[in-house]
Amino acid sequence: MAAKIVVKDLSFSYNHQRVLSAVNLMVEADSILGIMGPAKSGKTTLLRIFNRLCDLIPHVRIEGEVFLDGENILRPGLNVDRLRKRVGMVFDKPVPLPRSIFENLAYGPRLHGIKDKKRLEELVERSLRLAQLWDEVKDRLNESAMKLSGGQQQRLCIARTLAMEPEVILLDEPTYGLDPISTLKIEQTLQSLKESYTIVLVSNNTWQVARTTDNVAFLLMGELIEYGSTHEIFTVPKDKRTDDYISGRFG
Amino acid sequence: MKEKLIEKTLMLLAFSAIGALLLMAVFIFKEGMPIIFKVGIKNFLFSTHWAPTKGHFGVSSMIVSSLFVTIGAMIIGVPLALACAITLAEFAPQRVTVILKPTIELLAGIPSVVYGFLGVVLLVPLIRDYLGGPGLSLLAASIILAIMILPTITSISIDAIKAVPYSYKEGSLALGATHWQTIRMVILKAARSGIITAIILGMARAIGETMAVIMVAGNALRLPQSPLSPVRTLTSNIALEMGYAAGDHRAALFATGIVLFVFIMVFNVSANIITKRWRRE
Amino acid sequence: MAKRINPLMLQRIVKAQLWSLTGFTIGILFFIIFFISIKGLPQITLEFLTSNPVDMGRSGGIFSTIVCTLYLIFVSLMIAMPLGVGAAIYLTEYTRESRLTHIIRFGTECLAGIPSIIMGLFGFAFFVMALGLGWSILSGGMTMSIMLLPTIIRTTEESIKAVPYELREVSFSLGVTRWQTVTKVVLPSALPGIVTGIVLGIARCIEETAVIIFTVGSSLRLPESFFDSGRTMAVHFYILAREGISMPNAYGTAAILILSILFINLSAYYLARQFLKKIC
Repeated sequence: MAAKIVVKDLSFSYNHQRVLSAVNLMVEADSILGIMGPAKSGKTTLLRIFNRLCDLIPHVRIEGEVFLDGENILRPGLNVDRLRKRVGMVFDKPVPLPRSIFENLAYGPRLHGIKDKKRLEELVERSLRLAQLWDEVKDRLNESAMKLSGGQQQRLCIARTLAMEPEVILLDEPTYGLDPISTLKIEQTLQSLKESYTIVLVSNNTWQVARTTDNVAFLLMGELIEYGSTHEIFTVPKDKRTDDYISGRFG
Repeated sequence: MKEKLIEKTLMLLAFSAIGALLLMAVFIFKEGMPIIFKVGIKNFLFSTHWAPTKGHFGVSSMIVSSLFVTIGAMIIGVPLALACAITLAEFAPQRVTVILKPTIELLAGIPSVVYGFLGVVLLVPLIRDYLGGPGLSLLAASIILAIMILPTITSISIDAIKAVPYSYKEGSLALGATHWQTIRMVILKAARSGIITAIILGMARAIGETMAVIMVAGNALRLPQSPLSPVRTLTSNIALEMGYAAGDHRAALFATGIVLFVFIMVFNVSANIITKRWRRE
Repeated sequence: MAKRINPLMLQRIVKAQLWSLTGFTIGILFFIIFFISIKGLPQITLEFLTSNPVDMGRSGGIFSTIVCTLYLIFVSLMIAMPLGVGAAIYLTEYTRESRLTHIIRFGTECLAGIPSIIMGLFGFAFFVMALGLGWSILSGGMTMSIMLLPTIIRTTEESIKAVPYELREVSFSLGVTRWQTVTKVVLPSALPGIVTGIVLGIARCIEETAVIIFTVGSSLRLPESFFDSGRTMAVHFYILAREGISMPNAYGTAAILILSILFINLSAYYLARQFLKKIC
């Protein structure tokens, strides 16, 4: 399979503290890569480098290279707004913008120049359907997005990312704090999305990673311990620390 | 490209306030300094003889009056303001505080000319009839100013008291101290810097107030002999004579402004330093 | 040695004293409002509001002073709003805390502490004389706008800071630029707070006297353009009362002043509460 993202010798420090050290990694196109590891292992930071959201943090130092379709996205002068349009992100906490459901989805596309009302409506419907939210909200698109339940809000956030028509979707513990049914729905959504999107999923939930991903990267204290196909890692891990983690011997 | 332009524009706007401040300082100093040098700094600051049309420019009686009026306002206003602040922050139920704090802040919204007017029609006759003197006096100005600075001091002090960590209070109460002992020995001590800041800002407001003071202070040009004598402050001197002043006389009014400016900056800077310490604590 | 007072007894005494002082303070406020209202409200008729002052204000109404006040508010806000909101956006969204922002903030705080008489002197020396604008609503508006800047910057900054950080992250993650994020997400959420600052600015324009006398002048004519001199309600009241021209008209004007300030402050307070409710 083709590589969508290639990470080469990536190191990241914040206030002189190493968060990631010399990570090498590959994300295959149209697949789901799971990133797992205990708290503070650098998972979220790695994710936020992929769309350069790490730029918002002061006093950081990044070394190494990250290629998206062969283009180094860490090079200075890169248009980050265009990058972020290609690489969408869903956060650990659902954050609807304080406006209607429709406006939440239309927000990004509209600011990227899609003015045609009909086109926007199509885009909104398609994205909501992909996120399996359409049936629940189709009659109240003009209601405030804040009124949705937590699970619905998170699927709204996924739909909002999809409405940008990105190539890559980053998810940072998207089911954190959600009930099992909402979690299941989101996992199903991810399965159907991977046919046409490259997905990177950060999760603390080992079982979720085992259930939904194709490949897994295991991070510990900013180091990549093991990287391989999900099947391999969960059946025959090469490193003892990986084994310890998936069998629950870490905090 | 467009984003960079916006950022640069916003940065310029951010400097508007400090730019205005500098421009103001430059203009007032430019207009006022020459006359100070002409009559001599010592003469200007320490002579009580102010007869601008005859070339005498001594502002010491006004400096003294301004300070006395301000100190008087603090003596009357600070206890009242602190009483309000302690009551509202510690004794009053939350529901009552939510209503009363903005009510007291409303006092700050009443135009200063209205305070001055009320001083003239209500307070001045009282002083004249019961305490003697002309009524228009240092005392009248201090009382009116005390009421005017109440909201500033009360409101900031409430915030300072409320910022004291709850654990301090719990700790003291757990040792068997009464609520009042806790307030006096623990809470007020911890909120000290904030309260001092409030008082300094109140002082700055009092020394800078003009219209209300003009109306009730009597504006006589001499050193105050008693709380009942009429006085002229730095601010009223500027406002009273600006209308017809020209030449050196006008420059001398700007020089009066410089003296006031220096006082205010000293108050502001010290309030700023103390606030910083308060935040650090 | 004197007998020690029982601490609980002492507390009861102190509490009673503090409460009575607080009651006294609040009593002053209500007394002022009632006194002015009782004396002034009977003077207020439709005619008083809609006719111009006659004979230096001895008779007639206060129409021209209302118009002048409104013009002044308009000019001051038109200048202070973009400057203040822009400055606040820069301080909150475009920089991190640094020496530069400390200097800007310190300057803004100092500006807030400058007494109106010094503002008036400056406005007179700079706008009226040096720029040759004369006594005019424009001179006064520009001077007032400097006075309003700190308040507008502070209230805007506070309300922008209250907008959850996550909203910005979401917007950035959708590839939306910083400026678009500010205008589409941050400012709409911060709007009630910004409006509070503007409302407080309006109140300041209504109550200010010293600055206005020095920069707008005290002409009683109905101002026709921003280059005309004029007399605001507060200045009119000051002159009526100080020169003893007409006590009934003075009370009437004072009542209008107090009521409008009361109304404006209450609406600012209401807006601020709405804002808090929305955020929490």
